[in-house]
Amino acid sequence: MEITKQEVEKVANLARLALTDSEKTAFAKQLSQILTHVETLKQYDTTGVEPTATVPGQANVFRADDVRPSLSIESAVANAPESVDGFFVVPKIIEDRQPL
Amino acid sequence: MSIHTLSLFDLHEKFTAGAVTAAEIVRAYGLRIGQVESKVKAYITLAKDTAVGQASALDASLKGWRKTLPMMGMPLAIKDNICTEGVLTTCASRILGDFVPPYDATVIAKLRAQGYLLLGKTNLDEFAMGSSTENSAVGPSRNPWNLQCVPGGSSGGSAAAVASDECAAALGSDTGGSIRQPAAFCGVVGLKPTYGRVSRYGLIAFASSLDQIGPITKDVRDAAFLLGAIAGHDPLDSTSADVPVPDYLKALKRKDLKKLKVGVPVEFFAEGLDPEVDRVVRAAIQQLKELGGEIKEIELPRTDAAVATYYVIATAEASSNLARYDGVKFGLRAKETKDLLELYMKTRQEGFGPEVKRRIMLGTYVLSAGYYDAYYGKSQAVRTLIRQDFEEASQNVDLIVTPVTPTPAFKFGAKADDPLQMYLSDIFTISANLAGVPAISLPCGFSQAGLPIGFQLIGRPFEEETLLRAAYAYEQSTQWRAKKPVIR
Repeated sequence: MEITKQEVEKVANLARLALTDSEKTAFAKQLSQILTHVETLKQYDTTGVEPTATVPGQANVFRADDVRPSLSIESAVANAPESVDGFFVVPKIIEDRQPL
Repeated sequence: MSIHTLSLFDLHEKFTAGAVTAAEIVRAYGLRIGQVESKVKAYITLAKDTAVGQASALDASLKGWRKTLPMMGMPLAIKDNICTEGVLTTCASRILGDFVPPYDATVIAKLRAQGYLLLGKTNLDEFAMGSSTENSAVGPSRNPWNLQCVPGGSSGGSAAAVASDECAAALGSDTGGSIRQPAAFCGVVGLKPTYGRVSRYGLIAFASSLDQIGPITKDVRDAAFLLGAIAGHDPLDSTSADVPVPDYLKALKRKDLKKLKVGVPVEFFAEGLDPEVDRVVRAAIQQLKELGGEIKEIELPRTDAAVATYYVIATAEASSNLARYDGVKFGLRAKETKDLLELYMKTRQEGFGPEVKRRIMLGTYVLSAGYYDAYYGKSQAVRTLIRQDFEEASQNVDLIVTPVTPTPAFKFGAKADDPLQMYLSDIFTISANLAGVPAISLPCGFSQAGLPIGFQLIGRPFEEETLLRAAYAYEQSTQWRAKKPVIR
């Protein structure tokens, strides 16, 4: 399996990960090697085999919909890089509209 | 005998008898850490000053009346991916470099309720991704038996701290061998419980269907003792099992393997296994036989598929779990970014180290449109086959015995440039995570160069008692644990 630098760029964008040029080159090579090893799984016949997502194989786990103690707003934002009045601060995400 | 060389259980008995105070315990460990930590570098954060206060409060509350709880006054080290309220928890990552959890993991809440003493948070490969601690953002820990060698990983700090008597016992986490491999490299005991045996609430997620918290200890009895203190159902972890917790110490009463069938999987003694490891593990198998075990050769035919299956499933889950590190709610935020997208991209570029990036990339790739079925879907199906191997084996044998690692501890840098080689060295530990079964690693000898070698016992789900019984019988019939590293 050969991964190109362009594919690395596409995946990095999906993963929201900026990469340097040398990282892109290195990952193209390393991911190719690792995926070549993964291709060996083709030799196992899995026709009709149920996939395992998690070992317990349990159905949904429910609990009563009760109000329980939770974090205060203050402690919930305490680790935020930037917060104001109990809100997380992010860069502006809505574009200014052109005046009509 | 010095306090810091006692086993956890012996220390507990002395503390319960009033022969030692919590203040004396903290003082002894403070001195020991002062002596060796600059060489071993097991810890990321030391909490011994807080522990001093806790210890004196504990001693005052116990004056003239000693009804103790199992972990009361016990000085423990906790892997730095397990949340401790008010104490820095970094995952050895820049992205969580200043993260102070506002809550305790369930295992910590249990230990705290019993009055344990937190000595510090131990080093790991960033986000538990690695086999050597070389992927830690704060630099690697060192193997107490040879400071030029890795302690293993990812729970390398916990294993090194236990081996060098810098704590009485430690908690680690195991996604593909991260408790058992460093325990083997450092000559201590490491137990990965059955998936669901111990709550994962507050364990910072790497691969949720594989992760499990467990004890790293000086001997098998300590592993039984500490597992009992942290196991059990937890409503906060929907994958934790509602299965009663037995008294694991009771499992140690029979010091033999009579009526136990022990399987030796041929696939685990194939090429690539270091001759010294092969010899020492085979001697351990002979010893299990002398203790009454019935040794049988078995097959786990899908063993060759384990590494590939694991690195698809674990990285897929990791790429999803690590999407939360976006520079908004906690952790690092890149400076001077022009919009939200750039804030995400640069924060993650600056915050994650190379191995974490590689795994996020691999996981994103195998989940992406056009590749999902060929890689992720295929791996989930092969995982079912691997589980079936173990289910079939467990109809014929009670335990499976294998090496833990293909070689003893390697030197720093030996595999750092070749990720695939590093991944392939996880071959013997990964299957137990994929199958969700319990496994224990314990010392069974030394290499010519004086490095510890361990062997692994794998059991049926929720049969940790059988694992512990056999491991204890073996340990009590040998003297490996008497040898301690000389740290220099």
